[in-house]
Amino acid sequence: MDIHEYQAKELLSRYSVNIPRGGLAYSPEQATYRASEIGGDQWVVKAQIHSGARGKAGGIRVCKSDSEVSEAAESMLGRKLVTKQTGPKGKLVSRLYIEETVDIAQELYLGIVLDRKSERVMIVASASGGMEIEEIAEKQPDSIIRAVVDPGAGMQQFQAREIAFGLGLENHLIGKAVDTLMGCYRVFRDFDASMLEINPLVVTKDGQLLALDGKMSFDENALFRRAEISELRDKSQEDPRETFASDRGLSYVGLDGNIGCIINGAGLAMATMDMIKIAGGEPANFLDIGGGASPERVSKAFRAVLADQNVETILVNIFAGINRCDWVAEGVVKAIREVGVSVPLVVRLAGTNVEEGRRILAESGEKVIVTDTLAEAAEKAVESMRAFSKSKKH
Amino acid sequence: MSILLDRRTRVIVQGLTGKIGTFHAQDMKRYGTKVVGGVTPGKGGMIHHGMPVFNTVKGAVRETGAEASIVFVPPPFAADSIMEAADAGLKLCVCITDGIPSQDMMRVKRYMRRFRYEDRMRLIGPNCAGVITPGQASMGIMPGSIYLPGRVGIVGRSGTLGYEAAAQMKALGIGVSTSVGIGGDPINGSSFLDMLKLFEEDEDTDAVVMIGEIGGPQEAEAGEWAKHNMRKPLIAYVAGLSAPKGKRMGHAGAIISAFGESAQEKVEILREAGVTIVPTPAEFGPTVAAVLEQKKKAA
Repeated sequence: MDIHEYQAKELLSRYSVNIPRGGLAYSPEQATYRASEIGGDQWVVKAQIHSGARGKAGGIRVCKSDSEVSEAAESMLGRKLVTKQTGPKGKLVSRLYIEETVDIAQELYLGIVLDRKSERVMIVASASGGMEIEEIAEKQPDSIIRAVVDPGAGMQQFQAREIAFGLGLENHLIGKAVDTLMGCYRVFRDFDASMLEINPLVVTKDGQLLALDGKMSFDENALFRRAEISELRDKSQEDPRETFASDRGLSYVGLDGNIGCIINGAGLAMATMDMIKIAGGEPANFLDIGGGASPERVSKAFRAVLADQNVETILVNIFAGINRCDWVAEGVVKAIREVGVSVPLVVRLAGTNVEEGRRILAESGEKVIVTDTLAEAAEKAVESMRAFSKSKKH
Repeated sequence: MSILLDRRTRVIVQGLTGKIGTFHAQDMKRYGTKVVGGVTPGKGGMIHHGMPVFNTVKGAVRETGAEASIVFVPPPFAADSIMEAADAGLKLCVCITDGIPSQDMMRVKRYMRRFRYEDRMRLIGPNCAGVITPGQASMGIMPGSIYLPGRVGIVGRSGTLGYEAAAQMKALGIGVSTSVGIGGDPINGSSFLDMLKLFEEDEDTDAVVMIGEIGGPQEAEAGEWAKHNMRKPLIAYVAGLSAPKGKRMGHAGAIISAFGESAQEKVEILREAGVTIVPTPAEFGPTVAAVLEQKKKAA
C-alpha cells in the first residue's frame, strides 16, 4: 500500500528526520493561507499523487507570490496528472502540499528496501541524488552504498556512520546523517514498510540535512497491526476496478486487454494469462479467486470482471482439488444467472469430478463454451473475443 | 525414498482444532500420512477426531515422537508457531498460512540460524500448497488424486499451477517422486535451490520440473547452480509473461521490481544455464516426456 509524500514526511519527522516546513491544502485558498503561515517569499506547490516523476509532468511548481500559489493550486486541483509512472490515464490531484523552498548545496539518494537475496532490510544510498535509482545504477553504479541490517539486532550506529562517510559528507553533517538514517530505519521497522525512498535528501547551503521528498509503501500482510497506516489509504489513487475487487476480498490487477480472467491460484492465473497472450489475445485482468472457488466468490468475480467495460470475453479456469468440479460448476451456473453475462464465456474445469462438472455446465442451458485443456481454453477465448468484437462493430 | 516426506514420517498439525486444520488433517490421514496429533494452546488433553491435542509443540514431540509439523495457524500468529516448531527440534515444518508479514519471516529466518546447520529445521513455505510424496504421504492441501507415484520431482511456487503440471504428466503416465510447493512469498523457508539439491541426491528421482514465476532472484540462482552441479535433467517454466512491472500478481512475492525479475529475463537466464524450458503452460506433459525419452536413449 502506497501513501502520499506529505504522509510519509509526517511519519519521518516523528523519527528525527528533518523536513522543510510545509502544510496540506485542498483548495487554492488553503494553499495561499498555508504559504502565509510558512512565511518567506518563495514556495513549492506539490501535487499529492501516488507516483514519482511529478516534476516533469507539471505537478511541482515554484511560486513567488500569493497569486502564483493560488494559480498553481487552481491549475492542479481536480485534474489528472499524467507522469511516466501513472500510465496514460493519470492520477487525480485532490490534495496539495505547500512547502518552503530551500537552498540546495548537494542532493543525495536514500532508500530502504526488502532485499530478497539476503532476505533482510537493505539500506541503499548514493551521493548522486535527484535521479531515479535505476538511472544511478546505470550511470554511476560505483556511487551506490549498500548495508544489510540484521533483523535480530537492528541497524547499528556504525552502519549509519559508514554510509554517512561513504557519501562524502563533511564532519559536521555526520551526526545529522546518522540520526536521519537511524530514524528512517526505525520508521521502516515500526510501521512494517516495504519501501522507503528519500530522493533527494539534501544538504542545504546553511548546513542542514533535509528530506525534500518522501515515498513509502507498506506490507499489506502487516496492516492488521498497523491501523494508523490503513487510515492513510487513498482510494482515489487506485484503479477503480482494483478497489472494487479488493473491497470484495478478491486479488485483482487491471490490465489493458479485453479477455477477462477468473482463475483459482495466482500461479495458474499468470500461466493462463500467458496462454492467452500466446494464443494472440490480451488479458483484461489478473484475478485469483483463491483456493475455495465457492459460488459466492465466483459470482463476485464475475461482477468484478464485468465492471471493466473493455471485457469482450470471459475465460474461467478452475483447477478443483478439495472442492470438486461439480460444486464449482454449480457455482458458475448460479453466477451466470445472478449476474447476467452478455459476453462470450469460456470455461475450463480440471481436477476432481471433472466429468460431472462439465455435464452440469453443458446441461445448464446457459451459453457456455466448455473446454478440456488450457491450450484449447485460451484459443477458444481469443476466437470468441474476435467474433464478438466483430459483431459489435457491425 | 523421495525427499522430505514418506509414509513413516510422524506428523503433527499446528492449529489442528481450527476449521482448516481439522479438514486437512483428516484428508492427510486418509491419504496415508502418519498424523500423530496436533497443537492448539489451551486445548491440550483433548482428543480431536481421534488425534491427541497438546498445548505446546515440545509436549507433542515428547508424547508422540513427531518429526514434522504442518502449520495452519492464522497469519498474525504463524511466525511464532514456526519458531516454536524449530525450537522443539522438529526436522521439517510446512507452513500453509498465507499473509504472514515480511518482517515476521525475516525474524523467523534469523531465529532458525541459532541452530547448527545439522540440527536446523527445514521450513517449506509459507503461503504454499505443501509437500506430497505420491502413494505415501501428504503434508499439505493438494488433491492426492492428480499425482501418480513415479520418478520426477516437482518444485514450484504456486499450488494450482503445480496441479496443472502434475495432471498433464499423469495424463501421459508420468509419475512424481515428491512435489514441493515453496510458496509465493518474497521471503520463504526453502528456495528452489534448496530443493534442487535434495532432488539431485535422491535415488528415486530421475528429473526435476521447476515452476517459477516473476519476482525475486531464486530461479536464476537455481539455474546457475544446476549448470555446474546438477546431473539430472532440469525442466523449467516461469509464469507471468504478461505481468506489467511494479504490479503484484496475487502472490506477495510475484512482482517485477528489479532487473532480471521478469518472466522473459528469467527464461533467458535459465535457457543459458542449459535448462529445458517448457514453452507454454499447456506443454508440461509433452516437454517432460521428451526429456525422459532422451534420457532413456542416452542411457
